[in-house]
Amino acid sequence: MTAPLVEARRLTKRFGDLTAVDEVDFEVHPGEAFGFLGPNGAGKSSTMRMIAAVSPVTSGHLRVMGLDPAADGPEIRGRLGVVPQEENLDEELSVYENLLIYGRYFGLPKKLIDERIGELLHFAQLQERRHSKVEPLSGGMKRRLVIARGLINQPEMLILDEPTTGLDPQARHLLWDRLYRLKQQGVTLIITTHYMDEAEQLCDRLVIMDKGRIVAEGSPRALIEQHSTREVLELRFPVGTQEEMVARVEGLAQRAEILPDRVLLYSDDADETAGVLAARGVVPESTVSRRSTLEDVFLRLTGRSLIE
Amino acid sequence: MAAPPALRVVEYGARVYRRTWRGSVISTFLNPVLYLLAMGVGLGKLVDEGGGSADLALPYLTFLAPGLLAATAMQTAAGDASYPVMAGIKWRKTFHAALATPLGVRDLVFGHLGWVTIRVTFVSVVYAAIMTAFGATSPLEGLLAVPPALLTGAAFAAAVTAYTARLKDETGLSTLFRFGIVPLFLFSGTFFPITQLPDWIEWAAYGTPLFHGVSLCRGLALEIPFEVDPWVSVAYLLAWVAAGTWLALRFMRRRLVL
Repeated sequence: MTAPLVEARRLTKRFGDLTAVDEVDFEVHPGEAFGFLGPNGAGKSSTMRMIAAVSPVTSGHLRVMGLDPAADGPEIRGRLGVVPQEENLDEELSVYENLLIYGRYFGLPKKLIDERIGELLHFAQLQERRHSKVEPLSGGMKRRLVIARGLINQPEMLILDEPTTGLDPQARHLLWDRLYRLKQQGVTLIITTHYMDEAEQLCDRLVIMDKGRIVAEGSPRALIEQHSTREVLELRFPVGTQEEMVARVEGLAQRAEILPDRVLLYSDDADETAGVLAARGVVPESTVSRRSTLEDVFLRLTGRSLIE
Repeated sequence: MAAPPALRVVEYGARVYRRTWRGSVISTFLNPVLYLLAMGVGLGKLVDEGGGSADLALPYLTFLAPGLLAATAMQTAAGDASYPVMAGIKWRKTFHAALATPLGVRDLVFGHLGWVTIRVTFVSVVYAAIMTAFGATSPLEGLLAVPPALLTGAAFAAAVTAYTARLKDETGLSTLFRFGIVPLFLFSGTFFPITQLPDWIEWAAYGTPLFHGVSLCRGLALEIPFEVDPWVSVAYLLAWVAAGTWLALRFMRRRLVL
């Protein structure tokens, strides 16, 4: 196997008394799409910022492309692309100028940057916006521009922090498509997200983070197989009656999760469970049967939902 | 040979300026004209007729113009080193974007200060030309006042950048202008010799960098003695540049590298 692009051992980040990242171990391999899944405050962004060589490591071992971020920050950053969570585009400038300036920050000659801008605007579907100012662009366009900007130096690895947060479904799907294309071109992707569907769509392998620690690691499918059942039956009861109903569904499934607004019953056949439920005379206001997702894995491992 | 990375930040400043210069044209060209007209010509007539110029040994317009050049350099530098820095740190986070590239905090600070100094130079040259057009000084005298104006600008650019890097929000910026820049503008010998002030303010005025900038500009542009030893003023302003830059690096690093 080739050397990992990112290698972390007991990687830790502290801000004063707060331990944001607590002795995590992971490796990211060339060409894979690697995800950090977890709720807000789990330590995903802090981990990403250390990988991107913009945030100093508090303790532990971290190598990015074989280099030490503390000593070789500029070289690492020169070979990475970063798509931050918050847009930090220069809104006074045009789409073209934003890309040009960023390319210049990497020390690239203008002629080369101009060539790449043509390709990147096509990739980001922003050709017609070349000379528009950034400020009036839609959220999806801005996010695509930030991704294009992150690719101006043709990075070996692209780091995306919550790439689709705040976007409408259509914009998200377009973005996923673009990221998928990048992956096919061999660009290694590191993605943080608190959307389990995003993690399932994009990631070959992921770690689930909670409170600064990694609680599970694997492919989305393996994680679901390992930590959840095949299917889930979601029950909603009329307001105020859930507590009383919970007692009546006990033992019906391999496992039950009681959430404030619904009850989740885990089994390998949700429809069969629904049948047993009906036979017992339990009639929820509504039921949904579905496959298990990473959300269920997260719930199982941490006892909490991803999005609170 | 690759250019030093800080130059890329200077280039960035120039590109932004190419987009936004229209907004600053008024302040660059019109402000000197308005000030020299109102204060130099208008008020100057009263001063000169009231015998003020006998004390100054100069027409008031001539006395005022080089000092106002230094004050303009201060204002330009303070303006460019405050709001744009806040935008880079907080509002638009463009500094964060730059730090995700091979650039480091040092490149960012030096590049930014370099660009502000270029802007101050441009504004000062324009000002010197207008001052000459008003007949306040000869063209050569006007140009002689540009280097000390530039030094004054650099001192304020560094200090104000350091100050801004520590601010949580923009209220600190209005405080800076209200209680820092405006009083300096008024009481650093730009409009009248600081010997006119009560003793305790006079002593305070000696400590301000603008006073030394004014003294240098005036002394170089006009054939009158410097208010204090010019080398003391140059050394004092250079000390502000050095200390301001050192603090700006320190505070920016603390603010941006988490």
